[in-house]
Amino acid sequence: MSVVILRGWTSLSLPKPSALPGFGITFGFAVTYLSLIVLIPLAVLVARAGELGFDGIWRVATAPRVLAALEVSFLVSGAAAAVNAVFGVIVAWVLVRYGFPGRRLLDAAVDLPFALPTAVAGIALAALYATNGWIGSLFAPWGVKIAFTPWGILVALIFIGMPFVVRTVQPVLQDLDREVEEASATLGATRSQTIFRVVLPVLVPAILTGVALAFARAVGEYGSVIFIAGNMPFVSEIAPLLIVTKLEEFDYAGAAAIATVMLAISFVSLLAINAVQAYSQRRFSRG
Amino acid sequence: MADGVLSESRAVRWTLLALALGFLALFLVLPLLAVFAEALRRGIQTFVDTFVDPDTQAAIRLTLLVAAIAVPLNVVFGISAAWAVAKFEFPSKSLLVTLVDLPFSVSPVVSGLVYVLLFGAQGLLGPLLEAWQLEIIFAVPGIVLATVFVTFPFVARELIPLMQEQGTSEEEAALTLGASGFRTFLTVTLPNIRWALLYGVLLCNARAMGEFGAVSVVSGHIRGLTNTMPLQVEILYNEYDFVGAFAVAALLAGLALVTLGTKSLLEWRYGDSLALAHRH
Amino acid sequence: MRTGIDAAVAIAIRAEGLTKAFGGTTAVADLDLEVKPGELLALLGPSGSGKTTFLRLVAGLEAPTGGRILFGEEDATRLAVQERRVGFVFQHYALFRHLRVKDNIAYGLRVRPRRIRPSEADIRRRVGDLLDLVQLTGLGERYPAQLSGGQRQRVALARALAVEPRVLLLDEPFGALDAKVRRDLRRWLRQVHDRTGHTTLFVTHDQEEALELADRVAIFGRGCIEQVGTPDEILDHPATPFVAGFVGDAVRLPVDAAGAWIRIGPHSVRTGADHAAGPAELFVRPRDLVLADDPAAGLPARVVAVRRSGPARRAELSLADDLPGVEIELPAGHGARKGDVLSIAFASIRLFTSRRQGHR
Repeated sequence: MSVVILRGWTSLSLPKPSALPGFGITFGFAVTYLSLIVLIPLAVLVARAGELGFDGIWRVATAPRVLAALEVSFLVSGAAAAVNAVFGVIVAWVLVRYGFPGRRLLDAAVDLPFALPTAVAGIALAALYATNGWIGSLFAPWGVKIAFTPWGILVALIFIGMPFVVRTVQPVLQDLDREVEEASATLGATRSQTIFRVVLPVLVPAILTGVALAFARAVGEYGSVIFIAGNMPFVSEIAPLLIVTKLEEFDYAGAAAIATVMLAISFVSLLAINAVQAYSQRRFSRG
Repeated sequence: MADGVLSESRAVRWTLLALALGFLALFLVLPLLAVFAEALRRGIQTFVDTFVDPDTQAAIRLTLLVAAIAVPLNVVFGISAAWAVAKFEFPSKSLLVTLVDLPFSVSPVVSGLVYVLLFGAQGLLGPLLEAWQLEIIFAVPGIVLATVFVTFPFVARELIPLMQEQGTSEEEAALTLGASGFRTFLTVTLPNIRWALLYGVLLCNARAMGEFGAVSVVSGHIRGLTNTMPLQVEILYNEYDFVGAFAVAALLAGLALVTLGTKSLLEWRYGDSLALAHRH
Repeated sequence: MRTGIDAAVAIAIRAEGLTKAFGGTTAVADLDLEVKPGELLALLGPSGSGKTTFLRLVAGLEAPTGGRILFGEEDATRLAVQERRVGFVFQHYALFRHLRVKDNIAYGLRVRPRRIRPSEADIRRRVGDLLDLVQLTGLGERYPAQLSGGQRQRVALARALAVEPRVLLLDEPFGALDAKVRRDLRRWLRQVHDRTGHTTLFVTHDQEEALELADRVAIFGRGCIEQVGTPDEILDHPATPFVAGFVGDAVRLPVDAAGAWIRIGPHSVRTGADHAAGPAELFVRPRDLVLADDPAAGLPARVVAVRRSGPARRAELSLADDLPGVEIELPAGHGARKGDVLSIAFASIRLFTSRRQGHR
């Protein structure tokens, strides 16, 4: 069996890394699992996209409808991430610094977008923001439609990205040394000067990390968006939906091409997140 | 409460509080309320009737089945990966850990797409599967695979940092006392990681039952056969059976709330034994 | 080195009836203190005695629940911390980690409203002068993480001095540093103080530091000031049992006084002064415990143990079963052994009766 072969292989070519038993079996299983579930399928994806060659991928990726979908996905995700950056900091600040009845409950509830199935969120938001919905009806008299427009997409992406900034900023805020704020005050700074010159700069790396995570999640989001989006090509169609459409048309290579482009962008975002974290470690490293 | 001397002015504090609470009410509370309100719009009886429908029951059964397969598989993987990473030194360790986080950076649709490309009728192994009369895509195995892909990081992420922090000394001590490897794992390692394991299982399960995008791509939406609860929600919604859709959604939302509650309880009581304390 | 730092205009600090209560506990109770202009006053006491709370009250980092604080003639009690113009140095430096050293020092100048803000050129010059003053010339471009603990504390002091504060407040400034660095910085702080002349208050729990550094010392005990005086006064003439027991090494013996006689355990000694009758506390410094010249007039003490301590031999003695043991250094060649009875005398004591203090 493959596990035995692996175990034999490791004992031949790698030195035994520790006195504890089980390295062969656990490492082998983990690697096999990862390969079967993750690596091989992803390789197939890239290979399938590669069938088209770079030209082919480029042509698919720059087709007008695809470009429009990518534009919608990335622009609205960026806007949602920006909104979440601002409100995420405010929510984190309020949760950490202020006390009020129900704070604990609300703190736990912030994780709801993580825990709630995306389809549930999708239909709930669609119902809320439709013209006859609780919120949509407030805007209807002014002729403002939210559901089935890009604004609906924005709402959905704000919802699913909300916990990211809050959760990355909260621990940093909690660990913040209050003496630094006191020092700033003794030197004559007003409260707002202290916040903007001393507190916020320290939060920036965490905010950026949260924004990057929220953005990456938003770009690939499917379930929460398709119910409220309207899904009209060139207007409110998101890239993941386009992939599904192409699959239904049996345009596997096209779907793979778009997926590869999105993967490449996710990969870049991951690198960016790591770079930000490395930079902030250096800048604020404890001596 | 805010400190006396070094705090924002009252006006600022109240504004921030209002903004934060308003934002959370709008984006957290209202959607949740909407689910339950819509589900009960036509009264309790109509709500209950949804679950009498055989297709809905099949969806519930399938969801439970998929979770029952995916979660244990991912637990085994998580423990294996964490054991390998935490108790041994080997090159490419950080690569392994990065790969574990991979599904988080991938769109759920892409997660499903990769299996269609591999096992679909026009996929790489399509003809082979047809020859053996095996159905993966548009059948339950495909759903299980897609769910496994999307949820496998959860247990591993909780265990790896924790076990790394815990080190190897206790296990080594057990070995010197004569315990076998497996026994050491059962009696020494497992008790140390049990809360993190439970936490990971909780998150893994919640995601497994609620996954939509990846499953939607591989499932084929065959009523009564390959619909999970989230997919059933979509079908009912598209048929304008709003009460039905929201009824099933309410069940899923209830699961989410139970997950959140248990998660908070675990964080509160056993926070030190969870990976949260040991990450970054 | 000549710097552009002028000597400060020193002002007095006065606390009148200052009280601070946190919920149920009172940290500082009805405290009066007068700090002379330009003096370096140490606030010394065990943890929880209220000295840090007092310092923070002076700074405006806490609001008092009663009493007043005056800077010179001005009642500062209602002033916000930003308006008090105090320089505060924290035990853990509280430097702004994301700013370079030079920007840390310039911070207080840059947050000033435009009308009273100096020009960038002036700010740069002042920062340079301060770096020279604290002997960190050339390190302006570094970040705090790149400095040692002692260097960081000097940056913190420079930062506090940059805004030309009226008074300087230091909260256990050397508490986070190791012993050698502490001693060096102690001497250096004195030099800086002598040059700039600010009225300075500093909190410490290190007696050696307070006694070596300060013009005067205020001993804090449980929210109030037990004694304020020069180091000599504190050491030689402690005003209360607390001070006698806290400052310097001292052995505390419960005794009974009657007139000129003091009964210690089963024995009595004659002292040179008259004391009120009744139970009292006797404090004696170890170096004041000696072998009696006249064995008949001394106090009998049984040797419990003898051990070597470096070049000397020390004997642990028991005066009575219910009294704490005392130690005495034996002169060279003294052949005391366990069980022997020696006659000891007190070269100098402090006695505190319940009604009046006295000393021989």
